[in-house]
Amino acid sequence: MNSEQIRQVIMDSLERSAPDEDLSDLDDARPFREQMELDSMDFLDIVMELRKMYRMQIPEEDYPHLNTMAGTVAYLLPRLRDVAVGT
Amino acid sequence: MRYDTIIIGAGMSGLSAGVRLAYYEKKVCILERHSTIGGLNSFYRLRNRNFDVGLHAVTNYAEPGTRQGPLSKLLRQLRLSWEDFDLRPQLMSSIVFPGCTLQFTNDFAFFSEQVAAAFPDQVAGFRELLQRIDSHDPLNLERTPKSARMVVEECIPDPLLVDMLFCPLMFYGSATPRDMDFSQFVIMFRSIFYEGFGRPFEGIRLILKKLVRHFKSLGGHLKLRAGVRQIHQQNGRAVAVTLDDGTEIEADNVLSSAGAAETMQLLDPTVRNVTPPPGDISFVESISVLDCEPARLGHDQTIVFYCDSPRFHYERPCEPVDLRSGIICSPNNFDYSRPLEDGRIRITALADPRFWLTLPDDEYACEKQRWNERIIQGAVRHIPDFRGHVIDTDVFTPRTILRFTGHVNGCVYGAPEKFVNGRTPVHNLYLCGTDQGFLGIVGAMLSGITVANRYLLK
Repeated sequence: MNSEQIRQVIMDSLERSAPDEDLSDLDDARPFREQMELDSMDFLDIVMELRKMYRMQIPEEDYPHLNTMAGTVAYLLPRLRDVAVGT
Repeated sequence: MRYDTIIIGAGMSGLSAGVRLAYYEKKVCILERHSTIGGLNSFYRLRNRNFDVGLHAVTNYAEPGTRQGPLSKLLRQLRLSWEDFDLRPQLMSSIVFPGCTLQFTNDFAFFSEQVAAAFPDQVAGFRELLQRIDSHDPLNLERTPKSARMVVEECIPDPLLVDMLFCPLMFYGSATPRDMDFSQFVIMFRSIFYEGFGRPFEGIRLILKKLVRHFKSLGGHLKLRAGVRQIHQQNGRAVAVTLDDGTEIEADNVLSSAGAAETMQLLDPTVRNVTPPPGDISFVESISVLDCEPARLGHDQTIVFYCDSPRFHYERPCEPVDLRSGIICSPNNFDYSRPLEDGRIRITALADPRFWLTLPDDEYACEKQRWNERIIQGAVRHIPDFRGHVIDTDVFTPRTILRFTGHVNGCVYGAPEKFVNGRTPVHNLYLCGTDQGFLGIVGAMLSGITVANRYLLK
C-alpha cells in the first residue's frame, strides 16, 4: 500500500470508531484529539482495527507516533508497504 | 473447545463485553444460567403482554448524533447506531417532598431554574456543588472512596434540598444505605440530571436483542440454561469453569457479571478467597396494566420520586416495604410518535429482603397482593387514582430478583463495596456489571466494555 491507500484505511477505521464525526476537514498535521472527540478508548480501537486487519503488532511505546494522520501514515508505510489493499 | 474468555452472565455488561471481544476476533463464550438474556434488566411475557423486568428509564440520554458523553461513547465502542437503541426522551419528571416539588426534564437548565425558584437561598451552594461535580473524574478506575453526603452538605446547608437531590440518585443506583461514594453520586447526578431519561418504544428487549444479535454475528457463543457452578483455579489463576450439568469449559480468562460475593462463592472451596459482604438494598415493584394511557387520567409525568416523611430514608426498612417513599414510573410518558399497547404504572419501594426471602410459600402470593395494595394507596396521593382502570397486575419482590439473577438478598444494585478496576484476588478472573460500579443501563454496558478493553483485548 502507498501513503494514500493507508490514509484511506485509517479514515475508514475512524469512521467506524466515530461515525458521528465529520472527517472531511481533517488536518493531517494536527493531532486527532484536537479535531475530534477521540478518547483513549477510541484510540485503542484504531490500533486494534489495524491489528485485526493486518495482523500487525503496535507496541504501546509507539502510540505517540499515531497522534496525527501524517504521523500514523509515516509510521505504517514501511510496515504495510508489501501489503496489498483490501487484505 | 478452549476460549480466550468466558463471560458469566448475559446481562447488559456481559453482552457488551462479549461484543467487544468478539469484534476483535477473540474466542468468547457467554454463559447464562437463566433461560433468557438480560439479568437484572430482562423482559418477559405474562398473560399475552410484554413486560420489562427492571427498566424504568435508560439514563444518560443524549440526542442522536451527540459526539460526547457516555451514550455516544458506548455506541461507538459497540459499533451500534443511535437507531439501534431508539431512545425517546422523557416528558417531565419530578421529585416530590412534603411542601416542595422539583421538576426536571432532559434540559438541565430547567432543573437549575426549579432549584433556584424553590430554594433561592441555596443557589450559590448548588452552583458550588455543580462545580465539584464538573471537576470530578468519576471514571478514574483507581479512585478512593469519599462520602457524597459530606461533599453535598458542605455546599448545601438546607437538608431538604440535600435529600431531594439524593432521592432519585439513590433510588436509581445506590448499593449503600444513607450515603453514596462521591464518584457514584457524580455518575448518577450526570446521568439523571445533566443527561436525563429515555426509553425505547419497544422497551429493554430492543436493546438486548440488538446486543445479542450483534454478538452472535461477530462469532460469539451464547449458552443459555448454562449456569456456572464452579470456577477452577490453578496456581492462583482462573483456568476453567464447571457448569450446573457438570460440563467443564476451559478459558484463558473469566469475566464475571454475577456479582462480587456471588463470584467468589464460585471459586474452589478449598482455596476460597475472602467473600466481600453482599448488599441488602432491594425493592418491591407493583406493575399495573391500565385500560387507557395514564395521560387520559391526567398523569403525564414520566417518573415521580416521592417521599412523604420530612427526611428521606434510603436503607433496608424494618417493615416488609417502606411505604414512606417510592418511585412512580409510567413507560407511556415518553416522547413517542404513537401510543404503547396499554397503559402502565410501575411503583417501586424499598423492601426488606429478609421478610420476602423467608416468607413461607403459601403466604407469599397473599403478602404480595396485600403490599401491592398498600404501595398503590401511598402512590395515589401523588398521581391521579388509577385503581378503577387496572386490568392486570404483576408484582416483583426481592425473592423474584434472587430467583432470576442469583443476587444474594435479591439486592438490585449489588454489593456496597465496588471493584472499580474490575480485578479480583484471582489472576485472570475479572468482574464487570453491578459490582464493578458503573451504574444504570448505559453504565452496565460501559462496565463490560471498560473491563474488556483493559484486560481482555491485549
